[in-house]
Amino acid sequence: MTQLMNENGIRCDGRSIDQIRNVSIKVGVLKNADGSAYIEFGKNKILAGIFGPRDVHPKHMADQDSGILRCRYHMSPFSVTERKNPAPSRREIEISKVIKEALQPAVILKDFPRTVVDVFIEVLQADGGSRCAALDAASVALVDAGIPMRDIVAACAAGKVADKIVLDVNDEEDKEGQADMPVAYMPNLGKITLMQLDGILTPVEYKKCLETAIGGCKQVYEIQKKALMEKYFKNGEA
Amino acid sequence: MTSSVIIEQLKREKILDLLNQGKRIDGRGLHDQRHLSIETTIIPKANGSARVKLGDTEVVTGVKIQPDKPFPDLGDKGILICTAEILPLADPKAEPGPPGEEVIELARVVDRGIRETEMLDLKQLVLIKDKSVIGIFVDSSVINTDGNLFDACSYAAVAAILSCTVPKYEIKNDAPALVEGVTSKPPIQTIPVSVTMARIGDHIIVDPTADEEACMNARITITTNSDGNICALQKGGSDGFTVEQLLKCSEIALSVGTKIRKQLEKLM
Repeated sequence: MTQLMNENGIRCDGRSIDQIRNVSIKVGVLKNADGSAYIEFGKNKILAGIFGPRDVHPKHMADQDSGILRCRYHMSPFSVTERKNPAPSRREIEISKVIKEALQPAVILKDFPRTVVDVFIEVLQADGGSRCAALDAASVALVDAGIPMRDIVAACAAGKVADKIVLDVNDEEDKEGQADMPVAYMPNLGKITLMQLDGILTPVEYKKCLETAIGGCKQVYEIQKKALMEKYFKNGEA
Repeated sequence: MTSSVIIEQLKREKILDLLNQGKRIDGRGLHDQRHLSIETTIIPKANGSARVKLGDTEVVTGVKIQPDKPFPDLGDKGILICTAEILPLADPKAEPGPPGEEVIELARVVDRGIRETEMLDLKQLVLIKDKSVIGIFVDSSVINTDGNLFDACSYAAVAAILSCTVPKYEIKNDAPALVEGVTSKPPIQTIPVSVTMARIGDHIIVDPTADEEACMNARITITTNSDGNICALQKGGSDGFTVEQLLKCSEIALSVGTKIRKQLEKLM
């Protein structure tokens, strides 16, 4: 078993307990998509593409009063150490659902009845916390697609590693740590739109973990805004 | 068609109206669960079984225990797999066929609650390290739906595990062989209890019915263990929660969970 934290509180990848991994986001990376983003979150490398609002197929899924949101989170076969079967796993179907439900509170689709906005996420390389990183990219890609939104959804996990509450759990910490809590948050509305937990926390640790994760979301939010400004306000364009 | 839509809308308005007065449509308090009845050992051919009724939501769970190969990265642990399905006879809208995302989520949330609380000491279920272990398969079938399938399936799964007897296997000629007539109790370490809450407007209600789920903004399932810790959690639904609401939900999950745990403990 790898040592997850040394006596100085430094984690296995050299970070302190309240430090997120390096995050970089690039907006507008796919020509054919209506909106897109590429994120590197630690060793995660993830693409998100948005299509729509467009006609709904199959038609019976259409809502007469509003547009609908669909989401597909998919991992490439080469994204993990052992080749992953390319067919969608139960884990991927569940993650697709929670990501969709995390984005739904942010998007305003009332003005696009009988249409769909498709969110396609491809994990090219997976590290720990891929659902949060995927959400961060998808959220920015939705903005890039010009979908009306109440807020940007920012996501980051916190967890318990070597008996300490830490921000942004990586792969090793996820596998061998004591708890992992992915959280998505709308910073301006103060609303949590995704939350899951694997692992054992006391009520006090639960509160601390939630607050730590929200702190991480706020840091990611700044990076998301910067990435959008990079595309839309560069060279004095406004 | 139109008339049923109108009735749905009227029901919704009634539910919201009542909630604003602090009441629920079936007369329960906001944090009260429906009546929970648990029957165990209803399927003698299974190693453990339970039939749970939570209000009108009804679930049958069977446990099968048999030798299996361990997961590649977990050679020193037995296998635990919990599944859940909604049978086509449970609901006029349910259809046979591959499970949809809602059913997959249901099964995974039930599995996570039992796995993450470490209800079973899986290290005690190894026959030969990395080669042969005992597998515990916990399959839940929803046979009637009226909301909160998460808790109903979770209680049924936990009850079935608590009531099961583990057959004894020995290695003979490099293969596991059943030792007739010898059984033991399952290696229970804690009793997980999930509590599902719905947020409707600013109200948090425990154990929503199908009608209440139809008007909820968001849902959360929190699983606690016997030591009062929070072990698994899943938010669902197309809206969110504030931090204050989530902290309140964890308190509710702990206090409501304690009552349910007493009822489950009697099955040991």
